[in-house]
Amino acid sequence: MTRLVLALAAVVALTAALLPGRALTQTSVILSTTTSTQDSGLLDVLVPMFERKSGLTVKTISVGTGQALALAARGEADVTLAHAPALEKKYVEEGKMLNRRLVMYNDFIIVGPEDDPAKVKGQPSAVVALRRIAAAQARFVSRGDKSGTHLLEQGLWKLGGLEPTGAWYIESGQGMGATLGIANDRRAYTISDRGTWLAFQKRVSLRIMVEKDRPLLNIYSVMEVNPANGPRVNAGGGKAFAEFMLSPEVQALIRTFGVDKYGQALFVPIAGKKDEDF
Amino acid sequence: MGLIAEGILHAFRLLLSGDPEVWQITLLSLQISGAATLLSLAIGIPAGTALALARFPGRGLVVSLVNTGMGLPPVVVGLFVTILLWRNGVLGALELLYTPTAMVLAQLVIAAPIVTGLTMAAVQQIPERFRLQVLALGASRAQMTWVLVKEARLPLLAAMMAGFGGVISEVGASMMVGGNLKGSTRVLTTATVLETSKGNFDIAIALSVILLAITFLVNWALTAIQQRR
Repeated sequence: MTRLVLALAAVVALTAALLPGRALTQTSVILSTTTSTQDSGLLDVLVPMFERKSGLTVKTISVGTGQALALAARGEADVTLAHAPALEKKYVEEGKMLNRRLVMYNDFIIVGPEDDPAKVKGQPSAVVALRRIAAAQARFVSRGDKSGTHLLEQGLWKLGGLEPTGAWYIESGQGMGATLGIANDRRAYTISDRGTWLAFQKRVSLRIMVEKDRPLLNIYSVMEVNPANGPRVNAGGGKAFAEFMLSPEVQALIRTFGVDKYGQALFVPIAGKKDEDF
Repeated sequence: MGLIAEGILHAFRLLLSGDPEVWQITLLSLQISGAATLLSLAIGIPAGTALALARFPGRGLVVSLVNTGMGLPPVVVGLFVTILLWRNGVLGALELLYTPTAMVLAQLVIAAPIVTGLTMAAVQQIPERFRLQVLALGASRAQMTWVLVKEARLPLLAAMMAGFGGVISEVGASMMVGGNLKGSTRVLTTATVLETSKGNFDIAIALSVILLAITFLVNWALTAIQQRR
């Protein structure tokens, strides 16, 4: 028996030793980004393309926008792709992030149960819709995780002068897909990005209630990490990835990404535009 | 129910069609958790045996700490290992974060107390008279320890299974220290979380079925060794 265990040990130790080990800083770029870009599948296309072109290895860390920026501010990433303009601008003002440039947008939608207890379906203004949901104390599921979606939701409540509290306001603390599932089970309203919604709509009986209002725009930006944030920041690699995201080739790819799967593009490319253009 | 059946079918399709990504993820899970388990045996069996036999002041405290360690929450381990391995962290110069090695390290921290604690219990339950008899027959201390470990092989294999089961099924630490990178640190559990959040429930179920199947096969093999007469 001992011999068998030893043989087993040798095999596993050998294979473990053959695993791809440490990568050198100069040849790898850490991209901190949001779960929604990862979940959309866009990065699965773009990252290998960038790796081929640049010869660099990309480590994509998909977390909530809050964490993506916090990691970058500590010098634990080289470039960040996020979707929380107000928070991003704060980091840029503090000098933690450099060269913030718009990459693409999609939009958020308010979804809810078909019987629409707060009567918000077709309401053009997202803020008015949220006011009605709060007034009716209709159940609403919030991400509650400092993600870009959560930050946008908080911004909308603030615009409406409301502070949502009470049994009707549920904080899931989970990703968008799980949150849509909870909203579906609890027959509640929630806010989702359109990409995740398109992936999940077949699984849930929720309906789109409010869409295409200006505050529901979901703008993604790319930012380079200030090398002063930490001694090991790969500034050159981060800059190369940012430039890549804005290149005409990638922007053209974004324009049609998702059409084959969902019948519509998931993002609209906007390289070169400014926040004021929206 | 239809969804689960669909997922199970999908699991067979993925494995039989030889989907390279699924095979790679499965193999990586086995390698990482296998390496972590073996390292934890290398640490846990000597440590557990020593704790079982030695008597020293503060032993009660150490034993309590080990027993607490058997229930270490993987996310807590993940968080601390991540902070240690950050490029600006204490061990940042090693550049291990987001590598399989970092995952082995985190899983080792999870499995080592389990193996240590169970080894201790296994060796301690051997009657003291047996030890004395072995010594009386002229065995050296080292020989006596070896006889005890051999005598305790049934619970020791159980310790190995518990350690392996703890780390192969763990997701929190692997997600944090590995980063779930496609092709390099994505394992069965983190891939399952990702596919679920993408809404690909059938693939998520298929991955879960594969995870259950390999956990079963490993435990089956170990049980066969354990129960051999």
